[in-house]
Amino acid sequence: MASTVTVKEYRAYAQQPTWCPGCGDFAVVAAMQRALVNLGLKPHQVVAVTGIGCSGKFNYYLGANGFNSMHGRSLPVAQAIKIANRDLVVIAAGGDGDGYGIGVGHFIHACRRNIDITYVVMDNHIYGLTTGQTSPTSEKGFKTKTTPYGAAEYPIRPLPLAIASGCGFVAQGFSGDVKHLQSLFEAAIQHKGFALVNVFSPCVTFNKEQTYDWWRENLVNLDEREDYDPTDKAAAYKVVTETNGLVTGIIYREERPDYQDELPNYDPKPLVYQDLSKPVKDREKLLQAFM
Amino acid sequence: MDFTWKIGGAQGEGIDSAGEIFALTLHRKGYYIYAYRHFMSLIKGGHTNYKVRISSKQHRHRGDQLDLLVAFDQRSIDENLHELKSGGAVLYNAGAFEPKFPADVDVVPIGVPMQQIAKDHGSIVMTNMAAMGASAALVGLEPDAFDDFIAERYGKHGADVVEANRKVVRAGFQAASEATSWRARLPELPPEARGKKRLFMHGNDAIALGAVVAGCRVVAAYPITPATDILYSLLKLLPEYGGVVLQAEDEMAACQMAVGCNYAGVRAMTSTSGPGFSLMTETLGLASVSETPVVIVDVQRAGPSTGMPTKTEQGDAFQAIFSSHGESQRIVLAPATVEDCFYDIQRAFNLADKYQCPVIVLTDLSLGLSKQTVEVDDIDFEKIAIDRGQLLTEEQVKEIAANGGYKRYALTESGISPRALPGQEGGVHLAISYEHTEEGWEDETPLHRVAQTEKRIRKMSTFDPAEFGVRQSGDASPDLLLVGWGSTIGQIDEAREALKAEGISVGHLHLSVLYPFPAKEVREAIESARAVLIVENNAFGQLQQLIQLNVGHYDHIHHCRKFSGEPFKVFEIVARAKEVLAAKSVKEVG
Repeated sequence: MASTVTVKEYRAYAQQPTWCPGCGDFAVVAAMQRALVNLGLKPHQVVAVTGIGCSGKFNYYLGANGFNSMHGRSLPVAQAIKIANRDLVVIAAGGDGDGYGIGVGHFIHACRRNIDITYVVMDNHIYGLTTGQTSPTSEKGFKTKTTPYGAAEYPIRPLPLAIASGCGFVAQGFSGDVKHLQSLFEAAIQHKGFALVNVFSPCVTFNKEQTYDWWRENLVNLDEREDYDPTDKAAAYKVVTETNGLVTGIIYREERPDYQDELPNYDPKPLVYQDLSKPVKDREKLLQAFM
Repeated sequence: MDFTWKIGGAQGEGIDSAGEIFALTLHRKGYYIYAYRHFMSLIKGGHTNYKVRISSKQHRHRGDQLDLLVAFDQRSIDENLHELKSGGAVLYNAGAFEPKFPADVDVVPIGVPMQQIAKDHGSIVMTNMAAMGASAALVGLEPDAFDDFIAERYGKHGADVVEANRKVVRAGFQAASEATSWRARLPELPPEARGKKRLFMHGNDAIALGAVVAGCRVVAAYPITPATDILYSLLKLLPEYGGVVLQAEDEMAACQMAVGCNYAGVRAMTSTSGPGFSLMTETLGLASVSETPVVIVDVQRAGPSTGMPTKTEQGDAFQAIFSSHGESQRIVLAPATVEDCFYDIQRAFNLADKYQCPVIVLTDLSLGLSKQTVEVDDIDFEKIAIDRGQLLTEEQVKEIAANGGYKRYALTESGISPRALPGQEGGVHLAISYEHTEEGWEDETPLHRVAQTEKRIRKMSTFDPAEFGVRQSGDASPDLLLVGWGSTIGQIDEAREALKAEGISVGHLHLSVLYPFPAKEVREAIESARAVLIVENNAFGQLQQLIQLNVGHYDHIHHCRKFSGEPFKVFEIVARAKEVLAAKSVKEVG
């Protein structure tokens, strides 16, 4: 795709970030802007939908269209926008609390519904905006303000959860590697169907355990492993189980018809541009059903 | 004059289909029908019944009494005998049980071995068809009266099934003709009414049809009694027009999805009942502050909590008006009739687009599920034109962008900020749940907070609730003013006529809009009446409290409330009205 768009165009619509200096989320926005530019997409062709939390401000700083919903509710809104106008590129974004805590029901159903949107989760294993409580992805034993004796619960594992729920594109990235992240975003946007990119995005203020250095030491990039086949579901489960999820790259991908392909009588012309006057002309036929 | 028929048995015995075939047959003959389903929250067993009121004029309720009861079991007699007119008949399933009647009841028992007839001529599952045949004989229909419907309904199961059903009907007809000389008289039909084409539909049908006419192309919902029929209707209608029915994972998602579609420019709604609406209330605030249109239909059922899922109540007025944290804009409509349902859902979409806020359409189980005869001309597809409000075109957005840039929450004089859609070049914007600046940027400073709040209040000020939401009938400055809202209109109308026939001066004020409240019209009506009786299908008197809040306290206001899960009967309102008038005259004389 020939690119005639620049990051500058996005920045023109973006607000000044209020994230803490060093926050991993800066890299996520930067990687997404570059991915969109590289795909030749202009800000008006893109909608980013968020919930609440530090990561909920993703669309304030991206500079495309945005809808900021409530805590945990980015996915229902994002899926609906794609149903309304399939010409738009729709990205939902949020954090681990938003997506795997309060919004986890929507996440599972979005995976199996398979509407063609991209879901970016900035996973920092902590609640940041509420100043440091345990999150659904916090490791067992992790000490926070709400778990002074260490988290008692087992963490959510987003990757196997997504695969088991029918997600056809499961990837994981790291804020410390913007270039790789950009490539994952591009692949996710181009994937037809629901795509998850879980991003390890360090919270430099409240999580002193999972730091940039810690991630760098512990992550393995599967995209660099020639023997890894992301279309092999059993291999995907095996690798995320064996590594405890400490991998990056495209973990699993599967081509299948998306939700809109499965709809009866589906017109490829976006719903938002359809002629609304037809039923008035069909009055006689429509009333016949009630006689 | 009218005639009322009811068939009762256990759920799973084909009671509903028998009732509906009986109702539709008489509807097509030219009668006005009102059909009421009594059912329970289970699939097999229990007690269910289907009542049909047959009349030569339009009524909007099921009727207080009963002429003919068809009973499959003793429970059907026990639960319904109190409705039977003196001298009315009970057609029972002879051989299946031995009916018992209280000694002091004047009833004509008619035993027909319906189950045996079904077994002999078809199969036991056709017992309901034997009941239909027997009913036809007793009300003066021909033995072939249901032939067409049987073909329509059971044709898909094969010609032999159709034939067996018809045989069972005829045998039932024969047996009943021989069993008794009791005959009901159907009302006289004027010649021009005979076979007249009319519609047979319920409120849920009308909501679905109206939504499609209004340009709604997406419904996102979660199944719930008694609102699921709206989904079923839209599943038939929407794909014809490229639309989508989204079954959401829960009601929070359903309402958020409806908001998402509207943000992207497609008219979308969600339909639910009380418990689902409770889950949607967070989204009311979101739609309000982000100024996104959304239409929510709440087909009320008896609450609180799970309450009585298959019983009717007007219990959600407060929830519709006050729910969701903070202070949020909304409009609440309460259609009174099937025709209202058809038009109000269209108005709801126009109002949602115009005011960029949630619009709630409150119906209830009795309006939502009671099929009734409606005039074809009263379902006018062109009465309400689609009006998208200040939705900008691609060209308008470009022009705004060239002249200083687009601001989603621009502080306009009217309070309504023109809406660009995602995808329009130059219209890039953020719609947001936080308080915000004109640009849609998160902001907590008093300057923007006050300006945006005042803007949202200002935009609602042009809404006139009296424009279509206030009906007045009967005497002006009456001795008694009956006040109601929503689905109770039929019973209140008939109560007014009954009281008038006794020489009482009576008026009727009926509201189809609850928020913003039509305070001026209500005040005038209340102050012109000597006594006021507020009739509500709830226990707390929600309309009465709204009147107190919006209009004021009056000593001459009285109430008539029913919260048993059943719709009102006319005599209940008449009796309470007389009680109020009697107490009033004692007080005034004394």
